[in-house]
Amino acid sequence: MTDAIVAEGLVKRYGSVVALNGLNLKVPEGTITGLLGPNGAGKTTAVRVFTTLLDADEGAARVAGLDVRKQAGELRKSIGLSGQYAAVDDNLTGFENLDMVGRLYHLGRARSRERARELLARFDLEDAADRPVKGYSGGMRRRLDLAGALVAKPSVLFLDEPTTGLDPRSRLGMWDVIEELVKGGTTVLLTTQYLEEADRLADQIAVIDRGKVIAEGTSDQLKEQVGGERLELSVATNAELGISRTALADLAVGAMESDERQHHLTVPVAGGSSVLMEAIRRLDAESVKVLDVGLRRPTLDDVFLTLTGHHAEDEDEK
Amino acid sequence: MKLLQALADGSVVAKRNLIKIKRVPDLLVFSTAAPIMFVLLFAYVFGGSIEIPGMDYREFLMAGIFAQTVLFGATITGSGLAEDMTKGIIDRFRSLPMARSAVLVGRTTSDLVNNALVVVIMMITGLIVGWRIHSSPLEALAGVAILLLFAYAFSWAMAWIGLLVRSPEVFNNASFIFIFPITYIANTFVQSEKLPSVLRHIAEWNPVSAVTLAARELFGNTSPLQAPPDAWPLQHPVLASLGWVVIFLLVFVPLANYQYKRAVAR
Repeated sequence: MTDAIVAEGLVKRYGSVVALNGLNLKVPEGTITGLLGPNGAGKTTAVRVFTTLLDADEGAARVAGLDVRKQAGELRKSIGLSGQYAAVDDNLTGFENLDMVGRLYHLGRARSRERARELLARFDLEDAADRPVKGYSGGMRRRLDLAGALVAKPSVLFLDEPTTGLDPRSRLGMWDVIEELVKGGTTVLLTTQYLEEADRLADQIAVIDRGKVIAEGTSDQLKEQVGGERLELSVATNAELGISRTALADLAVGAMESDERQHHLTVPVAGGSSVLMEAIRRLDAESVKVLDVGLRRPTLDDVFLTLTGHHAEDEDEK
Repeated sequence: MKLLQALADGSVVAKRNLIKIKRVPDLLVFSTAAPIMFVLLFAYVFGGSIEIPGMDYREFLMAGIFAQTVLFGATITGSGLAEDMTKGIIDRFRSLPMARSAVLVGRTTSDLVNNALVVVIMMITGLIVGWRIHSSPLEALAGVAILLLFAYAFSWAMAWIGLLVRSPEVFNNASFIFIFPITYIANTFVQSEKLPSVLRHIAEWNPVSAVTLAARELFGNTSPLQAPPDAWPLQHPVLASLGWVVIFLLVFVPLANYQYKRAVAR
């Protein structure tokens, strides 16, 4: 299988801020890859380099076999970009927006119109097609923006945080649309700060932090890297939290994490339900009143925490 | 072939901008409301105290109003581009295989159409308050052409600033600092000869003065009783105006294009 996107040692600096710090990435053709990272990790900068909007200071990137710098003009014909902000014109109707994009892809007048109608139908925007976008909901705008990226049937599609700011229902709708899309064989690079989103949509995930890919693999592979399960415990007071911590210390196979505001303890464990039983016995012996306890598989947030030492969605971390 | 394609792309973008004038008519209403109030203010309030030898002040005033109006009209180029930038629309355009010049060519062209509309509205306003054209239709047409040509060239300067500052709010403040002196330290509302010496020199070499005087002459709104100007641009206002148009285009078309290629939303 060939790679639709290859990045080697991409570096991009803004003054003293390093947005990309030697980013390497390979995205196999026909797959959907999630670029997962917190705000400011360099996701959008990477997408801008791949879509010819920005020149990297160092390194090289090829998309669909074309050099993003030297063959930018040629490359733009085979990519689609749907950005973080729905880049649709408020004063145009949905149809006019898509028709304009078609004309600018040089599909010709008749083909542009036909394609616009086709996409409006596919994205469930037929009824709103001839109304100005101004009156669309957030979810409708995003769908229209995504439709815009698909006008020329691109072989590589870039989705920069496609569901940021959407309500849960619209988000589910977008996920369905994106899943549908990849069945058609399009290569997709999706950036997201939602672990759930990458987990659900991506064949493989690249975790990015401070301008670098720090881990790669399928969702399962990444979870394996972190190993085992998590024992989650909720108690009523901080005093009990401290007692629990001490009592369970030697069951932990990694660093425990306690949240004093929620009186919540997370313990990485190995051994399944027998560990859970043992934990409950010990807590009972210490007369700790357990509000909730259970075992769960590691989430991508655990992956992130293990790899970087901070949570994926901690925005004030920097 | 490539040029034809670029022109086609430019017209697609221009059409998009023109749809906005149609859908948001308030825009046209408000961009003409201010100049109409200026006409009323100067014609009926200040005008009585301003003496222009050999003619009624209203005849003198209108060419200045036209120049002021098209200059302010040209600022839409900058605020429009800045707005497209913040909304991510420029990002989308730049990721498409369209001609790199199309967004700027389309924008400046649609703003020229908008300005032409506004000039017509202002001419009607002028006729209502007593302004008259005393020249041949051909000369009058040439007067309108010079105003619009200058506005077009000025649009490119605004495009550059709009792409540079990247936010419509900042652009409005930044352009005002530039527009204000260039519009009023000129012969737009008073005779430049009456200004104190330093301002007078600035006014005489101000491109807007040349354009205003060119329009005034071409509409036949001058009087032999007025002292002949002693600065070159005002002795040859049509030539000087065309010269300024060429200079503005030579400087700002490349600058705006350069800035567009590096433009990224933030």
